[in-house]
Amino acid sequence: MATAELVGPPETREHGRLTHNARWAIGFGTAAVLIFVTYHWVLPSLNANINTFVNSWLPLSVVDECMVWMICALGLNIVVGFAGLLDLGYVAFWAIGGYTAGWLISGQFYNLKIDIFGSPAAGTPGIHINFWLVLVAAAILTALMGILIGAPTLRLKSDYLALVTLGFGEIIPQFFKNGDHLGTLSGSGGFDFTHGERGITPVDPITIGPWKLGPFDLDWQFAVFAAIAAFVIFVCLRLRVGRLGRAWLAIREDELAASMMGVPLMRTKLAAYAVGAVAGGLGGVAFAEHVGGVLPDSFDFSISITLLAMVVLGGMGNVWGVMIGALVLSWINANGLKQVGSTFNSTFGTSWDFPSYNYLMFGLILVLMMLFRREGLLPESRTKLLLREPSRTDVESVGADLEGESA
Amino acid sequence: MSADLGTGPVSNALTADNISVVFGGLVAVNDVSFTIPDQSIVSLIGPNGAGKTTFFNVLTGLYTPTSGDVRFGDRDITGQPPHKIASWGMARTFQNIRLFGLMTAEENVMVAMHSHMRAGIFSTVFGLPKQRREEKEAREVAVDLLDFVGINHTRGEYARNLSYGDQRRLEVARALALKPRVLLLDEPTAGMNPQESARFVEFVHRVRTEKKLAVLLIEHDMSVVMRVSERITVLDRGEKIAEGGPADIKSNQRVIEAYLGKSGAEASEV
Ligand SMILES: Nc1ncnc2c1ncn2[C@@H]1O[C@H](COP(=O)(O)OP(=O)(O)O)[C@@H](O)[C@H]1O
Ligand SMILES: [Mg+2]
Repeated sequence: MATAELVGPPETREHGRLTHNARWAIGFGTAAVLIFVTYHWVLPSLNANINTFVNSWLPLSVVDECMVWMICALGLNIVVGFAGLLDLGYVAFWAIGGYTAGWLISGQFYNLKIDIFGSPAAGTPGIHINFWLVLVAAAILTALMGILIGAPTLRLKSDYLALVTLGFGEIIPQFFKNGDHLGTLSGSGGFDFTHGERGITPVDPITIGPWKLGPFDLDWQFAVFAAIAAFVIFVCLRLRVGRLGRAWLAIREDELAASMMGVPLMRTKLAAYAVGAVAGGLGGVAFAEHVGGVLPDSFDFSISITLLAMVVLGGMGNVWGVMIGALVLSWINANGLKQVGSTFNSTFGTSWDFPSYNYLMFGLILVLMMLFRREGLLPESRTKLLLREPSRTDVESVGADLEGESA
Repeated sequence: MSADLGTGPVSNALTADNISVVFGGLVAVNDVSFTIPDQSIVSLIGPNGAGKTTFFNVLTGLYTPTSGDVRFGDRDITGQPPHKIASWGMARTFQNIRLFGLMTAEENVMVAMHSHMRAGIFSTVFGLPKQRREEKEAREVAVDLLDFVGINHTRGEYARNLSYGDQRRLEVARALALKPRVLLLDEPTAGMNPQESARFVEFVHRVRTEKKLAVLLIEHDMSVVMRVSERITVLDRGEKIAEGGPADIKSNQRVIEAYLGKSGAEASEV
């Protein structure tokens, strides 16, 4: 009898989980194809009014930007959602990814002339490495930086960890901002590593095989970003159900018990930090391509907070929820609030500056979610049940009390 | 060469020599020496605050003793990190249950197999055959262990959702997943009724025989202690005040005094 039970429910449960993920994966793929088809073929054939409407509410450049946010939010979800490590400086990895692109696919190092399957305009000096190879390079560099930053940091208890990561999130962009005169103290001369406040522009376009994307091929850029996102989603889902993912969750649930069960805390946390950092690096490269370069001022604390709001809104640890959270908030951030604002203003004759309230809004989202809906808007079904209903032992003890009274 | 092939003379799974633990000014454990023979069942008893849990925490590496050392088999484990000691075969349960609440019963057990598994990031992401096989085998072992402690039906449920009794069992299953040589149980019958405690005594014997391990038990319920233990060590205010078989301990004057207070001991002597 015991063996019959043994094969029954668990198989269906596992089957259920697989189909659940498969459903979402198919959903994501279908949506990506639909978006591509819509912007590539359908919209151009429709009339101007519809095009104006779409271009004001959901222009393709905003869709592309949303994909970048989504990639990074998925990475932060590994650190915060899976392993339970509060990282307030995740923007550092986004910036490192961006600068990897800046260094490896631009004219920044003008006394070099390196071209590895790159796409430079004819005769440009500098390093020009193929976009896809740069993704790999950024992944390696951010993983290393994740380990380097994590190794001294992750020993700290959670409150201190949050503070120190906050510090790193400030220091690294500052380094990029001031890294144009390395090796001198005078503020002139020296080695120009990061081109200071001016950032590094332009970066060469993305290539797909022998073909270079032009500045208006936003639909193809979307396809590339969606492919990167799909890869990150795949990695998250695979790791979650394996040996490492279990160890991450165990640390999130009870660090001391995890170590007593043979889970090495430092190594496991470092792995979360490094894997999470890689997604930030990939997102950074994508973002550099999206805006055509890197600017140090675009990497500030508000990015870390916005990403955190995405993770919390979507439901910490839930890959699909975080995706939705990222898409919604990045749309609000990039375009939604502005559009809602101008519609509101023209309807009611007001002149409120809606976009200036977006960080207030993200802060509020963080606070309200933590107070009233810690499981996120789209929690894993389990988390919802557990956080919203008293657990069974609570019910049982209440029941026991009631029985005692009636007796 | 180690001689612990199970046939030779009884070897010690664990030897603690002159362990002291001091917290600030408080001496929680004072110069306690202690051994656990392989495949034995021994108990640690004593009034609340005697230092029993602290002693456990020294054995599992959570605290480094202020002085003294701990040998596990042939290995000196004093000051080693908990995850290493655990992976060498020291498993425990907690006085206050500490499961991974938002993970399934099965996942809870599989976490404890972490140190026996090899899959890395790459092989997990790409689902290489070796990783798949390892994962499948780990799952089978987890199911066997859940079966062994009698909570197979909870396999897919979240640990937080299990009843109190099932949570206690799950903690044992999780500890067994470490393939321990020594199993430390911290007040495992807390909250059990007499029938459940009686069944627990049988269970401990079964674990010892089938899993071929030594059990160290912290226990308050004297009927359990007397029935299950081959040897009992008594701590009081951090010091070892007695050691011996159940019959010796039952009649030991110092033990009775420690438990009942001096006047109580005199009163009970009638
Ligand atoms: N981490 C700690 N810091 C300070 N004092 C502690 C700590 N752990 C235990 N103690 C103290 O050590 C003594 C022994 O505690 P404990 O080992 O939990 O006793 P027992 O398990 O026998 O009831 C108690 O007085 C307790 O307050
Ligand atoms: Mg105790």
